[in-house]
Amino acid sequence: MELVFEKSRAGRGGQNLPPLDVPETVIPEEFARVSAPRLPEMAEVDISRHYTELAKRTHGVNDGFYPLGSCTMKYNPRINEEAAALPGFTKLHPLQPVHTVQGALDVLYLAEQYLAEITGMDRFTFQPSAGAHGEYAGLLLIRAYHKDRGELEQRKKIIVPDSAHGTNPASAVMAGFTVVNIPSLDNGCVDLEALRAACGEDTAGLMLTNPNTVGIFDENILDITRIVHEAGGLVYYDGANLNAVMGVARPGDMGFDVVHLNLHKTFSTPHGGGGPGSGPVGCKEFLAPFLPRPSVAESTDGELAFLDMPKSIGKVRSFYGNFLVVVKALTYMMTLGAEGIREAAQNAVLNANYMASRLSDLYPMAREKGVMHEFVITLEKLHKEKGVSALDVAKGLLDNGIHPPTMYFPLIVHEALMVEPTETESKDSLDEAIAIFRKVYEQAAADPESMHEMPLHTPVRRLDEVGAARNPRLKYEF
Amino acid sequence: MELRDNVKYAKTHEWVKELGDGVVEIGITDFAQDALGDIVFINLPEVDDEVVMETPFCDVESVKAVSDVYSPVTGVICQVNEELADNPALINESAFDAWIIRVKDVKEHEDFLSAEEYETFANEEA
Repeated sequence: MELVFEKSRAGRGGQNLPPLDVPETVIPEEFARVSAPRLPEMAEVDISRHYTELAKRTHGVNDGFYPLGSCTMKYNPRINEEAAALPGFTKLHPLQPVHTVQGALDVLYLAEQYLAEITGMDRFTFQPSAGAHGEYAGLLLIRAYHKDRGELEQRKKIIVPDSAHGTNPASAVMAGFTVVNIPSLDNGCVDLEALRAACGEDTAGLMLTNPNTVGIFDENILDITRIVHEAGGLVYYDGANLNAVMGVARPGDMGFDVVHLNLHKTFSTPHGGGGPGSGPVGCKEFLAPFLPRPSVAESTDGELAFLDMPKSIGKVRSFYGNFLVVVKALTYMMTLGAEGIREAAQNAVLNANYMASRLSDLYPMAREKGVMHEFVITLEKLHKEKGVSALDVAKGLLDNGIHPPTMYFPLIVHEALMVEPTETESKDSLDEAIAIFRKVYEQAAADPESMHEMPLHTPVRRLDEVGAARNPRLKYEF
Repeated sequence: MELRDNVKYAKTHEWVKELGDGVVEIGITDFAQDALGDIVFINLPEVDDEVVMETPFCDVESVKAVSDVYSPVTGVICQVNEELADNPALINESAFDAWIIRVKDVKEHEDFLSAEEYETFANEEA
């Protein structure tokens, strides 16, 4: 398919600008471009066709089942978009005087209250733009806390279990910590002995997700947070899997001190190309002084105002984060209400368990039962006996109109496929997906060779992933 | 899986070869490269860096995942196989020839496995 640059024709255009009716200003030379930008010149109809053609070649939540484990690809309700499109929100300027934007501040304030209620935290910031950005900001809070107590030099180590999301160790290193990896038990849960051995006077904190990446709720969570606290460390909650427990159990009650959430996962705002994302960070009261500024609070005269925060870690992003994403997430929370939030989590768990139980006779599960919102299949046996890998099965699913599950994660499970159906799929769509999963497995068992050819019917077939990683071409050369 | 008798093995899937004068050569095993799949990037350490037994000294990235490579010995790096930076696929082509680092002043080392012991160990892991 041609790029827009290749479709460009000199002199063609799609805009009829009205005559200039304000005085022309000349930009000072030091700020002016040396050469004109190479923008494609196209008619509006051609641009429209170009993007429609691109859209046809993708697979989104609106196209079909999208069980990408750990990513919570739930449906994004239209009402969120309606709220975010209100001109009162879209036509704001971030530097407007606060008394003219009380409604917008109210959105931030209310969303903060609701998220605090759901997670058991006291305060939130909406500045981080995505999950890993939230992790980084959260770790900076932990860093600021130890620095404030004069212990930063001593406390340099962040403990991360080997079942963790890959972003956890990366964020810890970015925030200036050293990572201590501890082995997990087979079910992805924390090995308490290994944790005790790793904890000490050099511990800055522990990063954990619960339920873990194998989809299991760690029943020792209270012991885990206690062990870290007794060593003088703080405990960080990776909110990637909050969808399984929201409205049911709260990280704050489990003993976590800092959390990040992914509004683009758990709170139904668009994910991936439909973004942008938003990774708010919440904390207990004792960490609140360190939160990025500005933060919204009620002032004495009943108006909302931005707080002065002398101990703040500063800004981690311009202005207030992706504000319109917060509008969408708040709309979602207000639409569902407390009952609906809990029901969403319960249905997410129910859907995962239903699917797992309908597949477990064919697909070996990493864990036999008791999963939360997602389950992990291990295709090690199929790979060994038939030479069909998790990648081959994923490509087979693609050929049948399903977005593949997450592959080769968590790292502690070999030939892993991680399936997260989410609560927004009906029993009918789950049954249809189950039938496809079964059909693909049967084909893999009966005709393993054919699986290496998959997919046959997608807009592109097997991409050269290795070539793309080894010799990436990241920009179009004019 | 390919095994060689002139090297020793660590349970974290590295091989160690003695070059004499207290210098050892370290790479990852054929079993490890096969499990990782196509290696697309290697994050190499630098000469004069210290390596510590059972501690990562480098990481390798495949299409599937990023994995740490652990040092089976404590010592000082005296040579790094820079060729791997441009062509990490050499590890996939011949894991036992594609050494990653050479280490001098080896102070201590893990309890190594023989080729036979490693084969049994790796088969249990797989």
